[in-house]
Amino acid sequence: MSETSTRPASSPPEHAHEEIRLVAPSRQSPAVRAFNTVVRSREMSILLVLVLLVAAATAKNPSFLFSGNGWRDLLLTPSILLLLAAGQAVVIITRNVDLSVGSVLAVTAYLTGRLFIDFPGIPIVVVALAGLAVGGVLGLVNGLLVSLGRVPALVITLGTMYIYRGLVLTWAGSDRINASDLPRGFLRLGTQSVLGIPVLFVVAVVVVAAVGYYLHAHRGGRELYAIGSDPDAAVLYGLPVRRRVLAAFVLSGALAGLAGVVHAARYGTVSSGAGTGIELEAVAAVVIGGVAIFGGSGTVWGAAIGAMLLVTIDRALPILGIPDFWQRAVVGVLIISAIVLDRVLSARRTRKLIEAREQS
Amino acid sequence: MTTTTQRPTDPARTYAEHAAPLWQRLVLTRETAIIALLVAVVLYAMVNVRNFDGPLTLTYLLLDITPILLIALPMTMVIVTGEIDLSVASVVGLSTVLVGILHAGGLSIPVAAVLALLAGAACGALNGFLVAYVGLPSLAVTIGTLALYRGLAVGLLGTKAITEFPDRWTDLATAKIGDTGIPLVMVLVAILAIAFGLLLHFTSFGRGVFDIGLNSEAARFTGVDVARTKLILFTLSGVVSALAGIYYVLRFGSARGDNATGLELQVIAAVLLGGVSIFGGRGRLHGVVAGVLLIGVVGSALRLEGITVNVINIIIGLLLVASVMSPSVLAWISDRTARRNPRASRPTDAPLGVGQKEGRNS
Amino acid sequence: MATAHADAVLELRDVSKSFGQVAALRSGSIRVTPRSIHALVGENGAGKSTLVKIVAGVHRRDGGEMLLEGESVDFHSTAESKARGIAVIYQEPTLFPDLSVTENIFMGRQPLTTGRRIDRSAMYDEAQALFDRLGVHIDPRRPAEGLSIADQQIIEIAKAISLDAKVLIMDEPTAALSGVEVERLFTVARSLRDEGRGLVFISHRFDEVFALCDQITVMRDGQYIDTLTTADTDVDQIVSLMVGREVGDLFPKTAAELGEPVLQVRDLTMTGVFHDISFEVRAGEIVGLAGLVGAGRSEIARAIFGVDRYESGVVTMDGIAIPGHDPRSAIRSGMAFIPEDRRKQGLVTQASVAHNVSAAVRSRLSRWGFLTSGAESRAAGPWAGRLEVKTGALDMDAATMSGGNQQKVVIAKWLATDPRLLIIDEPTRGIDVGTKAEVHRLLSQLAGEGMAILMISSELPEVLGMADRVLVVCEGRLTADIPRAEATPENVMRAATRTTEGVR
Repeated sequence: MSETSTRPASSPPEHAHEEIRLVAPSRQSPAVRAFNTVVRSREMSILLVLVLLVAAATAKNPSFLFSGNGWRDLLLTPSILLLLAAGQAVVIITRNVDLSVGSVLAVTAYLTGRLFIDFPGIPIVVVALAGLAVGGVLGLVNGLLVSLGRVPALVITLGTMYIYRGLVLTWAGSDRINASDLPRGFLRLGTQSVLGIPVLFVVAVVVVAAVGYYLHAHRGGRELYAIGSDPDAAVLYGLPVRRRVLAAFVLSGALAGLAGVVHAARYGTVSSGAGTGIELEAVAAVVIGGVAIFGGSGTVWGAAIGAMLLVTIDRALPILGIPDFWQRAVVGVLIISAIVLDRVLSARRTRKLIEAREQS
Repeated sequence: MTTTTQRPTDPARTYAEHAAPLWQRLVLTRETAIIALLVAVVLYAMVNVRNFDGPLTLTYLLLDITPILLIALPMTMVIVTGEIDLSVASVVGLSTVLVGILHAGGLSIPVAAVLALLAGAACGALNGFLVAYVGLPSLAVTIGTLALYRGLAVGLLGTKAITEFPDRWTDLATAKIGDTGIPLVMVLVAILAIAFGLLLHFTSFGRGVFDIGLNSEAARFTGVDVARTKLILFTLSGVVSALAGIYYVLRFGSARGDNATGLELQVIAAVLLGGVSIFGGRGRLHGVVAGVLLIGVVGSALRLEGITVNVINIIIGLLLVASVMSPSVLAWISDRTARRNPRASRPTDAPLGVGQKEGRNS
Repeated sequence: MATAHADAVLELRDVSKSFGQVAALRSGSIRVTPRSIHALVGENGAGKSTLVKIVAGVHRRDGGEMLLEGESVDFHSTAESKARGIAVIYQEPTLFPDLSVTENIFMGRQPLTTGRRIDRSAMYDEAQALFDRLGVHIDPRRPAEGLSIADQQIIEIAKAISLDAKVLIMDEPTAALSGVEVERLFTVARSLRDEGRGLVFISHRFDEVFALCDQITVMRDGQYIDTLTTADTDVDQIVSLMVGREVGDLFPKTAAELGEPVLQVRDLTMTGVFHDISFEVRAGEIVGLAGLVGAGRSEIARAIFGVDRYESGVVTMDGIAIPGHDPRSAIRSGMAFIPEDRRKQGLVTQASVAHNVSAAVRSRLSRWGFLTSGAESRAAGPWAGRLEVKTGALDMDAATMSGGNQQKVVIAKWLATDPRLLIIDEPTRGIDVGTKAEVHRLLSQLAGEGMAILMISSELPEVLGMADRVLVVCEGRLTADIPRAEATPENVMRAATRTTEGVR
């Protein structure tokens, strides 16, 4: 497809063709290439770790996977973190970070309870949309401050993390939403399954798939990668940097808002401390999943698998005979291994690319 | 003329040492603004808040902010180099657990404390090694070690708490200097603050720290050992965090795995509020001390007013956002006004981020 | 040229632009006609790049007129200028390293299928077609990371072609290219011209300007000077227009008595960067290191000074071996290194003049371990004075200074260390003519005082004028060692491109 194609009349003479340095095009068929890409991907390696973990835990105690509860918990527990990780991945790909997601989650989780209490009979869909909308607005505030203030997102979202948490504390006080305040139908959502798959997990997976697809296949999604890869080049290129970064924050906020609704459905109780510290877990999931902390590479699928792994470790460790107190230490080791691995892989890739250039 | 002498003879020009008079250089700084704000809040609280001038207020205020104040010192230097350390609170937690376990195991408090300090140094050195020598981004590394060190703390002690500590030592943690109401621990804080202030602002090492933050490549070309400097700073951060942990366990008489959770963000908020640039290269230690005190005073005054911790959170957050946004907002306003009357002939700004791309050519 | 009287596709009249107090462009004018290649020449700092950035929409002009196909335009962003058919290839290509070369070409304009989904296979095919047309073999799927500068420029050109740009501006595209690569670029440029586009070509190499371009516009000190038709002019006329006076008094190298070898380099090797580099520099000698950009000159210097690693070989100063990858020992042994990129490597622009000048000696300034800004200022003042640095006070930031003044600050910093060997990479890049002469005079004087100097320069006249001996680097190897008396532009250039041309 490269050598044989006809060249337009204005192409340079044949001899120039021979002299230039070759970086040969690959000659694999598309199917083989796609297969190789998937198998060799960073996501695959983390998925393998996840599968091994589940297999080990199941071997030790078959009910980890093969009981109704075990299967359900395996999928249901990560749902919240999946949503947060998807949003966080998008933000991190643009070379930013959103530390306020835990607080946003608390705001909309409490909002969910309030809506059901204050407007009895309100449809669940409306509540979910409200969660998305409120989360989106809080994300918009982050995005505006970051893109207009030209201040690192780390600082801005650290600030709004306090502010949003303060808002929900003020609003809720010591009040707490209990399961009895929530309609039965809503609580059932938290445990209901379709074809053996928990509904909330389905919601999370649909969101992850949609976001991942957008990032992979749409212009806007690709521009997010470009911005994270080199923000200065993105400006010179004429990409709408501010608008895209703003959108990434709105998305992250909206998904955190949705995660708040899911939180309420899953646990039935909401206190103003909901989601404390989960922002760092979301960042950890994204990093474990292979998204570079300085943007430009990685996928939402990877982040999602990272989130599954984080949550599953929590449940698998006791079964494997390790007290679950050690879960965080294991997570820490995992994060550090992931970034060291990424470092090694990228160093190898760079070396290969340079060697390819030298040999030509 | 010869270059073999240390100083060139007969320079063609001489220069003023400073462009602005002394008072301007002292007054027109961010640090002064923070200090002024601190003084204003203190004065306001003295007049308007009941019991703010009471003896216990100062004592508890200082006792409460001591861990933040301590950790803010090395954190300032770390942030000035353009890095960040999110693992400090986990080191505090680990240090409390170690002191608790070692003491319960029969060691005296000083021996346990020394071992905890060594563990803190090791934690910091691991961060520093990964950042400086492996070349990993500190944000990611210290999120990892935040989980790791906290995990070690929780793993070692589970959900138990160790609360048996000799009164002699716990009393020392809350002892006051005479009847001043100032806690004795402030002597330690003051010594460390002065030491870090001298290190950062009055040594060759400190100049190197700023150079790394402003332009680490140029620093390397000038003979600053960038990697070693970062390793030292992260190690200091670990040691001082462990020290804060020792204080913590004695002050509250309780060693728990989840001690001081979330403290890292409070420390960073205080440091940034004190005028340190998150981009690195800018900041002064007295501003940071004022920033920590400001957060402490606001919190204490509001609590006395019966306002809950929530509002304090909001205020800390707003202060932080406002303090980092203010330069951009001011620049934007002056740009706007300049555009309104074009005769003022301020240059139009380049679009976001483009400025750095120039350099090699005209 | 026949097309000289056609309607201009792009025209600038008296465009001006200031940054703060500095007027980067006083009155820039150029008239680019379709179906022509227009050279824009001028010394560094003449305002060419600023003019390009105004056309590109990076900067907005303060005054003057800009017409695109006869219509007045004012671009607020690079996106606008691109949408109007202007493509700019910067000196340093600006690609997204993590993304594939195809995505780099089509970012924001990817071909879509139904459902606004990116049609990847169509996109790769189009990229392949572009590469075929340009006569290059680059895998459309490979990431941009790790591409040579020449290949990166090809990507930029492919981008411009796919945009169907009416105007293509190339800012010093050949600076880092070998002879073959330059030929390839020119072939492409001519074919683009023949398709009816207007091209602007910025270069310092007159042979290229005369080989490629139809008209030449000369700029000096931010001002338009003249536009000439290539056929009616010659190099001497262009140079005198650029410089504004006769050249020849620029390089006042005085013969100096050579002493003992100061620096000796034996078999220095770093795979993929440079191989078996051996040479020495004697006291009082200026050794010029010539070669194309990217040939490995700067990398050799950096390895000698210790900021980069080398795998094997020995570097000795005054006969004593110094450890590799340790700039501190290099400094201690009497080396000083003035790097090529002074804003990124030479100085800390956001710090004060005093801070910068005293940076390399501050450990000596400490008393009982403590260093005060007063001590720094006292140490820095005389050196700044000797070099006649223009600044209001020693605590002013270096950021606001002109390139020439910044270079003086860097030189002052290293002279303060009292070095035995001065390595200086591109001593006069981006500084004005007056300061240039000052720097040359200073280097000559330092050599006269017995300092050993290793000078890297891309400006051939500078190398030939200043150096006692010229070493030529080509693709990481020393290919020639030519004494001053025998050095000519021809034999230096031949050595600089030897392997490239010879093997193939």
